[in-house]
Amino acid sequence: MADALLSVEDLRVSFATEEGVVEAVDGVSFDLAAGEVLAVVGESGSGKSVTAMTLMGLTRSPNARFEGTAQYKGTELIGASEDELRRVRGAEIAMIFQDPMTSLNPVQRIGKQIVEQIQEHEGLPDQQARERTVELLERVGIPRARERVDNYPHEFSGGMRQRVMIALALSCNPSVLIADEPTTALDVTIQAQILQRMRDLREETGAAVILVTHDLGVVADIADRIAVMYAGRIVEEGTLDQIFYDPQHPYTWGLLGSITRVDKPRPARLPAIAGLPPSLANRPQGCHFRPRCPHEFSECSKVPPLEAHVQGNPEHRDRCWLSVDEKLAKREVLPGEIGLASKEHAPA
Amino acid sequence: MSVEATEPRADDGAPGDAAPLVEVEHLKVFFGIKQGILVEREVARVHAVNDVTFSVDEGETLGLVGESGCGKTTLSRAIMRLIDSTEGSLRFRGEDVTKAGRRQMQPLRREMQMVFQDPFASLNPRKRVGQIIGMPLRLHGSDRQGVEPQVRELLDKVGLHPEHVNRYPHEFSGGQRQRIGVARALALEPRLIVLDEPVSALDVSVQAQIINLLDDLQDQFKLTYLFVAHDLSVVRHVSDRIAVMYLGKLMEVSPAEELYTKPIHPYTSALLAAIPIPDPRENRRRERLVVSGEPPNPINPPSGCVFHPRCPRATQVCREEEPPLVRYPNGHLAACHHPLNVSDAEIRDAARDPSSPVSAGDSLPGTTADAA
Repeated sequence: MADALLSVEDLRVSFATEEGVVEAVDGVSFDLAAGEVLAVVGESGSGKSVTAMTLMGLTRSPNARFEGTAQYKGTELIGASEDELRRVRGAEIAMIFQDPMTSLNPVQRIGKQIVEQIQEHEGLPDQQARERTVELLERVGIPRARERVDNYPHEFSGGMRQRVMIALALSCNPSVLIADEPTTALDVTIQAQILQRMRDLREETGAAVILVTHDLGVVADIADRIAVMYAGRIVEEGTLDQIFYDPQHPYTWGLLGSITRVDKPRPARLPAIAGLPPSLANRPQGCHFRPRCPHEFSECSKVPPLEAHVQGNPEHRDRCWLSVDEKLAKREVLPGEIGLASKEHAPA
Repeated sequence: MSVEATEPRADDGAPGDAAPLVEVEHLKVFFGIKQGILVEREVARVHAVNDVTFSVDEGETLGLVGESGCGKTTLSRAIMRLIDSTEGSLRFRGEDVTKAGRRQMQPLRREMQMVFQDPFASLNPRKRVGQIIGMPLRLHGSDRQGVEPQVRELLDKVGLHPEHVNRYPHEFSGGQRQRIGVARALALEPRLIVLDEPVSALDVSVQAQIINLLDDLQDQFKLTYLFVAHDLSVVRHVSDRIAVMYLGKLMEVSPAEELYTKPIHPYTSALLAAIPIPDPRENRRRERLVVSGEPPNPINPPSGCVFHPRCPRATQVCREEEPPLVRYPNGHLAACHHPLNVSDAEIRDAARDPSSPVSAGDSLPGTTADAA
């Protein structure tokens, strides 16, 4: 993509562990355009968080090995020095973590934590940095921001702490915001408030967002594009509507099928994906989803490439050996389809 | 796909006149906050459970739903007699256990078991699976030789390999560990299992497996479940009835399906609206009703209806008078002065339910001057 803000190419991350080499990320490529929300969806161990954290240089360790490239506005992030990364982190690419309880410094006033980041990157005088901090806190919806700027993290509720995290992330007007399960630790009514605030802020700031999540409900609420990850690989990638209404990979079908919906009649039984995700140290040959896939056949022992199969939709790619027609036929008999409207999307 | 209409939960032959398995009456659990050097004085009280009345019938699943801090976990632990209640009464199988001590509880313990939220923290990492599941059996009198075949059978029942009896918890994934927790709870053939958010720590694809397992086991062993959950999405698939809690009080108690099609309390409706729908088109169509604010401090609950500071329908009466639990058709209860989704006729026939908190007023919806 020519207009890509961030371009990840064949990223591989492996860790040496006691059980052997764990390939947490196994050849992930994607582009992020300015202003878009890309949701990276997957279950525990799919490599979604490692991918996100690697972009920020947060997975570096003597036991980690990296291959591939990640270009941000022409700067290479994967091999970048710590000094180079410091300039990018927080200022250009900022991150919101899942757990607002542990990701703020508990012994420092929240205002100080935000001021520190602003001064580190922009060298503003104290008073100006503080003014900006108060403005930021107001923008993320913290009431009485001018008083609360001097509070400690423990004086805030979980939802309010997550707002502080968002304010901190936005403090230097980053172009890319990486949000790793930003609402998972929150109650539903608070989650709805945070999601709405994120939607508003995205309109205001135009920042591109990489949303790492396991919750397809949140994805449907906020994403433009989706990358579905399974056992270290992207198995399907497409626009929001392509993934929800014309999913091509059997894992995506299972994922969509196993979510519960409160706005539809209750199915007699919840559709579940049989089996368990593979251990990353010992993954099956070929397609990683093969042992759990009800449609496995001989081809599946080879790794399927991530390619476009649906005619006229070059941006909709998946890793499955089944032909589009076979998928259409098999998908329709799936129990518990979630709003699948395969017929109207079927290629003419 | 032809959507099978909602499955009526089989109430196969459960005698209607039998006493409920669990009866909770005007139960209060307060935690004192103490301050002071040498002499500690109680300076405030957290109203964790504040006058709650309900019952669970044999073979039934009651879903207990509420956000963090609403008192759902405290309530479930009080029912298990893991914490003492401050006021009110608690009966299990008709027997008053409100103040039951260790000795009185001992024989009852095998009839009530618990499955915890965190499958990583609730299994002893130094014990083998066989020891973990066998422990309740040993404690209740089985000998070492007799235990192992039973443990193997239990592992098989919850969908694990009986050969794994000698493995340690860390060798299992989250979903498998939760199965171990379920097997341990089943070991003594209990009547009641309290499930405290049993799937919230699991991946979605695995959640469905555990829910289906719980469903099967209930049919097989005629179990009674109290299923505690923090939102309304998962609990629907297991519950016969659902109770919604907010700040220590019951807001609504309803037959499970009716709660989703016809929520009466604005808080329930807000909880439903807050769940993102995994269907982008539906989402774009849907009117968004985001409830503002956060739950107030249970040390000092608001006057009147505890939900009034966040409620879009709140009026003067909500601030002044606590609404009683009002009985609508189908045994649907809701504590609200301005109910949703009920007809005028239903409001006319509604009556104050005896399970209402003692502190609640008498005015029924529609009788107050300032109707919404």
